[in-house]
Amino acid sequence: MMRLIKLLGLLLTIYAGLTAAWDDAVEAAIFNPDTFTLRNGMQVVVISNHRAPIVTHMVWYKVGSADEPPGKTGVAHFLEHLMFKATKTLQSGEFSKIVARNGGQDNAFTSLDYTGYHQTVAASRLEAVMRIEADRMRNLIIDAKEVEPERQVVREERRSRTDNSPAAKLREQLNATIFLNYPYRNPVIGWDHEIVDLTVDDLRRFYDTYYWPNNAILVVAGDITADVLKPLAEKYYGAIPAGKIPPRIRPQEPPHNAARTVTLSDSRVRQPSWQRAFFAPSRIYGDKQHSYPLEVLSQVFGGGATSRLYRSLVIEQRIALSAGSFYDADKLGPSNFSIFASPRPGVGMDQIERVVAAEIKKLRENGVSQEELTRAKTGLQAEAVYVRDSMGAGARVLGAALSSGQTIADVEAWPDRIGRVTADQIKAAANAVLRQKRAVTGYLLPGQPTPNQPQTNRPQTNKGG
Amino acid sequence: MIKMPAFRLLLASAAIAATFLTTFLMRAPLAQAIDIQKIVSPKGLTAWLVEDHSNPIITVNFAFRGGAALDPAGKEGLANLVASTIDEGAGDLDSQAFQRALEDFSVSLNFRAGQDSFSGSLRTLTRNRDRVFELLKLALTRPRFDADAVARMKSQILAGLRRRSENPRQIAGRMLLKTLFPGHSYGNPVMGSAETIPFIKIVDLKLFQAQRFAKDNLVVSVVGDVTAVALGKLLDSVFGSLPETASPWKLPDIMATAGNRTIVIDKPIPQSVIRFAQAGIKRNDPDFFAAYIMNYVLGGGGFESRLYREIREKRGLAYSVYSYLSPYNHTGIIMGGSATANARAAETIKILKNEWRRMADQGLTRTELDDAKTYLTGSYPLRFSSSRQIAAMMTGIQLERLGIKYIDQRNSFINTVTLDDVNQVAKKLLDADALTLVVVGRPDGVQAEGQ
Repeated sequence: MMRLIKLLGLLLTIYAGLTAAWDDAVEAAIFNPDTFTLRNGMQVVVISNHRAPIVTHMVWYKVGSADEPPGKTGVAHFLEHLMFKATKTLQSGEFSKIVARNGGQDNAFTSLDYTGYHQTVAASRLEAVMRIEADRMRNLIIDAKEVEPERQVVREERRSRTDNSPAAKLREQLNATIFLNYPYRNPVIGWDHEIVDLTVDDLRRFYDTYYWPNNAILVVAGDITADVLKPLAEKYYGAIPAGKIPPRIRPQEPPHNAARTVTLSDSRVRQPSWQRAFFAPSRIYGDKQHSYPLEVLSQVFGGGATSRLYRSLVIEQRIALSAGSFYDADKLGPSNFSIFASPRPGVGMDQIERVVAAEIKKLRENGVSQEELTRAKTGLQAEAVYVRDSMGAGARVLGAALSSGQTIADVEAWPDRIGRVTADQIKAAANAVLRQKRAVTGYLLPGQPTPNQPQTNRPQTNKGG
Repeated sequence: MIKMPAFRLLLASAAIAATFLTTFLMRAPLAQAIDIQKIVSPKGLTAWLVEDHSNPIITVNFAFRGGAALDPAGKEGLANLVASTIDEGAGDLDSQAFQRALEDFSVSLNFRAGQDSFSGSLRTLTRNRDRVFELLKLALTRPRFDADAVARMKSQILAGLRRRSENPRQIAGRMLLKTLFPGHSYGNPVMGSAETIPFIKIVDLKLFQAQRFAKDNLVVSVVGDVTAVALGKLLDSVFGSLPETASPWKLPDIMATAGNRTIVIDKPIPQSVIRFAQAGIKRNDPDFFAAYIMNYVLGGGGFESRLYREIREKRGLAYSVYSYLSPYNHTGIIMGGSATANARAAETIKILKNEWRRMADQGLTRTELDDAKTYLTGSYPLRFSSSRQIAAMMTGIQLERLGIKYIDQRNSFINTVTLDDVNQVAKKLLDADALTLVVVGRPDGVQAEGQ
């Protein structure tokens, strides 16, 4: 999910004296959504934005790849593909045909914590898509005739996204290494050997377990109000009975006690890269008080051309072509804080590591300056203004938050909570998270794919670079 | 992970089509939503403005005609290097000071080189407006091009090129354009190459800035929290000191080369990446909309196209298959792509060519035409859902000289196309034997031919 966002009129008032003004700003909001819950337990969220006569209609299921049964990786995503096939009332393919004939666009996505289906249409066409989206919540027909060709499509998707790309293959292996027990270790699309073996029954069981209104959230953004939406939501989604949803219990992480490395060498690699991912808390998982400080920290440490890592590695030491960091707090399970760099030709990975280690040490000992803190917060809070400009962004941000354990209040309070982060909290978060024994280092190197090559140090010079 | 859902087109829906067809006219509400004013500044500069005061944000999109296709021989990549370096220090601000100023004002400022234009976009909070526009003016009129910043950007671009050279889609696309446009700069990548970038000197960047940024080749589009009067003054302050005219240029028209060609580039990967193209149509061609509708049905229409149905839905050969019109100022091509397991590449190519031929020979059905029009007109307002989209679209309309009424007229251009128009264009344009295909991978049973 893109970084959560925030408010506008507020920012006008706080700009002059950023830190002082925050105390008055507590009630500010980003999207100002309306919300209500249907009798069957389905939550409804409405974000009004009347700039164009269109609406984005989304249904989010609180189930993602991390909820799959052991040995059945890929079932959440495979099912998402099948949701466009036949139902008891629609023929296969008819769903998107109806959307297109209403001048609309539709798609779907699967993530670690949620699965979402969405259409964007003229506001006058909303009811037509609500009818068919509600229909496929319980009426999908899953049979072998549809499953087999679609299995090939899913495997081609896997080849395109992952198997054809050395960098993506490394990312997949790194993910499988940083999480020792939590199901985020499995790729969202699934492992190919398990995709091959998924059965019609596996897919049906997953659908019948999780696709119920009380496990779903309806989010509608655009040229609409709650008053107009409510009777439609009751008519189409309110008519579906609630199901019995299993509690969302996932295997938890044991302590991380050893630094790990993963190396991928491939003759196709022309530009080596280095990354280090530190196991980290999220908004919901682990030492979650660190999540807001880590967002600010990532901005100071690796958030652009004036960040510490970029300045140090790219501008001053001139050993990297690019460098930065990344942290995503909006997950139900654990997250990671990642640092990445592309070494200049001829520069060894060990040189990158020495400079990064020195920067981490400085950070852990001295924290960040007041100036850095202010600049980072200003930048993050501005995003909360910009995000309001896009009609669909609010639906995506709120849907993702609500289906991965956060509340509307959490989203709306984001700029406020970012504003309250202190330098001491950042230092504490850095000391808790940026520790070698919690980290996996990934090396993408040119060369032959020899599995046991020592992960070092001397990326070959770039042939033909 | 976004996945494109699956789709299948069925015959049984004629009745549904009839229900929705006639009712779907979006022109009235759209015209209300998008009220474009043409602004003329005190100094005579023009811009298109959509005022919107609902958020304290101003979005600017602008372009200078003339792009990477004008890069001097041996210095390909010049326009792109300017785009990368122009925000790396200007006036008294060195690279770090300039970047820090951008961050302090929470502004996003981007420059981009295309083959036919050099464009920029800026987004700022209203409260920082005047200082941010001053930064834009500095970048356009007093860029520093300091040696260390230029060297840094060159090395980043070269790294980007190395990364692209690992990507089968990029490899195929580059080879395809080189083959279609031999000896013409449209065959050269905008980014340049490892052979040309080292030869670009600071003086070349300065010359580019002096010769290409002028008033007579500039178009500006603005959306957001600014009035016409205020914008007039801002235009003068940012662009008012540019030279009156850009240095003249001449670029010849070119027709994409034709021939029943298949180029195979061997790479040890499990999936063959296929890209293909043939001569197409320019944006100002009177047949453009007929071709646009034809392509929607052939391979442009997401889950609804014939290529999607035949290659993905019926046979599970690929996750992604598509085609699109790619118009340039001096040529036009129709281009597409797919990716399939090596063992199935030959079958995929065969079906692609069959569909190409079938469209040329038989054209569209009446239902396909009606469905296409319904979708294309009905979905037009979906392109107006953010300031950035609207500003970029206005710049595109200005560059193509389609006129300030274009947004209101566009759906009627679609609706007046007849079945005969589309089928004539299909016959004239499409030629399965003129396709050039590039296949990257280890495709079984695909022979290189026609080279």
